[in-house]
Amino acid sequence: MPETVRPLVLSVNGAPIAVQPGTTVAAAVLMAGAATRISIAGEPRAPLCGMGICFECRVTIDGVPHQRSCQILCRSGMQIDTGSSKAGEDYASWRRA
Amino acid sequence: MREQFDIVVVGAGPAGIAAAVTAAEAGLRVAVVDDNSAPGGQIWRSGAHLPRAAQHWIARLQRSSVVPLHGRRVFDAPEPNLLCAEPSAFLSALNGSSLGANYDCAELRFTKLILATGARERFLPFPGWTLPNVMGAGALDALVRGGLPIARKRVVVAGTGPLLLAVAAHLARRGARIAAVCEQASFTQIVRFAARLLFEPQKLAQGAGYALAVRSARLRTGCWPVAAHGAGRLRAVTLRQGNNLWDIDCDYLACGFHLVPNIELPALLGCSPAGGFVAVNELLETSVPGIYCAGEPTGIGGVELALLEGEIAACAASGQTARAQNLARRRCRKIPFVRALERACALDPQLRSLPVDDTLVCRCEDVTYAALRARSNWREAKLHTRCGMGPCQGRICGAAAEFLFGWNADSVRPPVFPALVSSLASAGARDESLAAASSHNSKENR
Amino acid sequence: MSSTADVVVLGAGIVGAACARECAARGLKTLVVDSGFVGCGATAAGMGHIVVMDDSSAQLALTRYAQQLWLALSPELPPEVEFEPCGTLWVADDAEEMEEVRRKHALYASAGIGSEILDAHALAEAEPQLRRPLAGALLVPSDAVLYPPAAAAFLMRAAMQAGALLLAPQKVLSAEKGCVRLASGEELHAARIVNACGAESVALLPELPIRKRKGHLVITDRYPGFIRRQLVELGYLRSAHAVAADSVAFNVQPRRTGQVLIGSSREFGAEDATIHRALLGAMVARAQQYLPRLADLHAIRVWTGFRAATPDKLPLIGPWPKDDSLFLATGHEGLGITTSLATAKLLVALLLGEDPPIPAEPYLPARFLSGSAQEDGVFAHAPEQSHA
Repeated sequence: MPETVRPLVLSVNGAPIAVQPGTTVAAAVLMAGAATRISIAGEPRAPLCGMGICFECRVTIDGVPHQRSCQILCRSGMQIDTGSSKAGEDYASWRRA
Repeated sequence: MREQFDIVVVGAGPAGIAAAVTAAEAGLRVAVVDDNSAPGGQIWRSGAHLPRAAQHWIARLQRSSVVPLHGRRVFDAPEPNLLCAEPSAFLSALNGSSLGANYDCAELRFTKLILATGARERFLPFPGWTLPNVMGAGALDALVRGGLPIARKRVVVAGTGPLLLAVAAHLARRGARIAAVCEQASFTQIVRFAARLLFEPQKLAQGAGYALAVRSARLRTGCWPVAAHGAGRLRAVTLRQGNNLWDIDCDYLACGFHLVPNIELPALLGCSPAGGFVAVNELLETSVPGIYCAGEPTGIGGVELALLEGEIAACAASGQTARAQNLARRRCRKIPFVRALERACALDPQLRSLPVDDTLVCRCEDVTYAALRARSNWREAKLHTRCGMGPCQGRICGAAAEFLFGWNADSVRPPVFPALVSSLASAGARDESLAAASSHNSKENR
Repeated sequence: MSSTADVVVLGAGIVGAACARECAARGLKTLVVDSGFVGCGATAAGMGHIVVMDDSSAQLALTRYAQQLWLALSPELPPEVEFEPCGTLWVADDAEEMEEVRRKHALYASAGIGSEILDAHALAEAEPQLRRPLAGALLVPSDAVLYPPAAAAFLMRAAMQAGALLLAPQKVLSAEKGCVRLASGEELHAARIVNACGAESVALLPELPIRKRKGHLVITDRYPGFIRRQLVELGYLRSAHAVAADSVAFNVQPRRTGQVLIGSSREFGAEDATIHRALLGAMVARAQQYLPRLADLHAIRVWTGFRAATPDKLPLIGPWPKDDSLFLATGHEGLGITTSLATAKLLVALLLGEDPPIPAEPYLPARFLSGSAQEDGVFAHAPEQSHA
């Protein structure tokens, strides 16, 4: 992969990660070693279908929950919270009036 | 956004691209709507190693007058000749404010409609299939194209269908260590299919290329994963071939059991089904006049057939009947391949015993096999176990339940994909069409 | 082929299941017949609230009694019933509706139902997602919500543990004079037949004063904490004048799952289950007026169902005067989930000739046979309070 392109820096559960342009949010989350969500019975989950059908790849992006990370490309400054982080669970961002 | 088009094409995979390009080149005003951010669909997902045909068609699409509506998902067809599509993602530009301000639910009016909604992988539940890094074969391929590093990772590719070898080959080229390729079909099934391929030199060459690329990992037939192991993440899989059981350590299990056509939108529009696919005539018109269907939803036939079908549907929809009929004759000659592929990928009944009692079948709602086994039909299972009640709307567990229990999915209702509440408000706010709205779709919505 | 029983209950919705449980508990040999499976009709389509309603004093008496029964039963309910004692907030938009809040508060106090008046500030504290300003609200803490199919299944299991037998799926051809004929050819003989078929009751007894009243519901993905209580608009004064037309009202619930359930709509004359886009659109637009950020939530499913509506908005509970063997437990409109347990208690008392736990007269089917046929007129002009 050509390294001349400037990497994008975003955060996954508060930790910065650098990725190449064209990287999907799902790939970034997996690269960060995180699960995309915690199932209702408490299991960690990661993408299953890779194409926006299975909803296992849902993460919170910039405070907006339930975004399908397989279908969204990374952008610099994005804040991604997964179900394995507290922010993904307590729904704090939606409490902001 | 409210716009009128001569032809709207849903889906920007090979069939949709061919349909849109063909119709636009005939001088019609055409839009192609797709939920991904770029054209190509699943099989031509952006990234390196796109085949020449893909580059050619995508370039032709970009040169054409087709209005590209990428990143939009069709969720309803509230009245005849109208689709509603919302943006498929909402991002940081909104600065945490209510989405309403920037929100745009598109109303796409069409004279003719071409459905090229493609297919998804079929997933069968087995112990451990919900572990992170167990995913579809196409899914791992897509994630790698989306930037997931795969070099030096150990990958087991399993399931059934031609996708397995194609994925294994692509991953191998990217530096993955393909630990095994397991095809559930029997050796006999595969040999029969390979013999059929002698009539399809192009496909034979392709297959040979794949085999060469993954030669380090012998293709095992009559072989499938019976369990995935790991704590919080995949560590190993147990494979079974005949009476042999063995474990392989791996980083990824890419496992898909061939394809399931995406026929929810055609069903919502009232298009009659035929054996799990969309019923079409020789010019690919569905049971609803003016609505055509092309590609995998008419039968799983691969890229070449999808391109041909896209052309046929576009010619038929744009009144180029003679050309459509000519192309349709070529399509007829390819139908035996579709049937052969279907036979080759027929699932071994033993796969029905993959799940054990506590294996989850519905991943959205975490419903176990034992809970479902006690039910007698899909609707009862939904209402009493919550199976299929999650955001995937039963797309994953429904296909599994159909194979495991022989249950048929119930009727399709809008929204055909989860949609913003405001989109439902917007789709309903068309006063002029009240009468049409209340009489439309009465057939499929019991 | 034929079987005999003390009671045959037609319909295994929540009302039929509750009746069967009560009959079996009293030692009656009970058969239950359903054309589908337990809870597959209006039970599966409803919102599942356990609410007190005061459209009339009879409605208040029935719902209050019913709610007490549910609260008493709640410790026994298994998790899948998702019983959530979230309470209801009757939301007042303006000073006029605050008057209604005070009237309700006084009425509930006199009926022994606790409630609390919230001013605009307290309401905003209680439900931050509600639009501001609003005038205030009445909090009824004893209201609850549950998942009706699971509740019906729980009641049916209890009935079966007490000896009741479920025949399903079995289509009923006729039910009269102590005999229920099934499409299978079988005949069931019983001294008492209970028609608990909801909106389908009329199929067996066409002269019943029941009409189907269609409703739409929407459920979202999981957004735990988005709202805390069931929220209902106090749009009584406005909607009372628009009864004949199709109508919508703001009524949303927080589910145990974290999902938000959005209602409601009312529509007469619609026979098929098709989603009526304009009505659905109006319904969610109404909800968005109260909860602006509801707009941004993902709706994952929309469905419709049919309420069994009577002209006076009270159910039909008790003997059908034209057939000694026939009893009714139907016509609950939007309150079948709430009143199922109370219906069962009343029905069994009437069946066994005992004193009913609350006065039964307002619900007796005979009320529609005594006077002259004013039914259509009543249907057209009855005021309505909410969209339960």
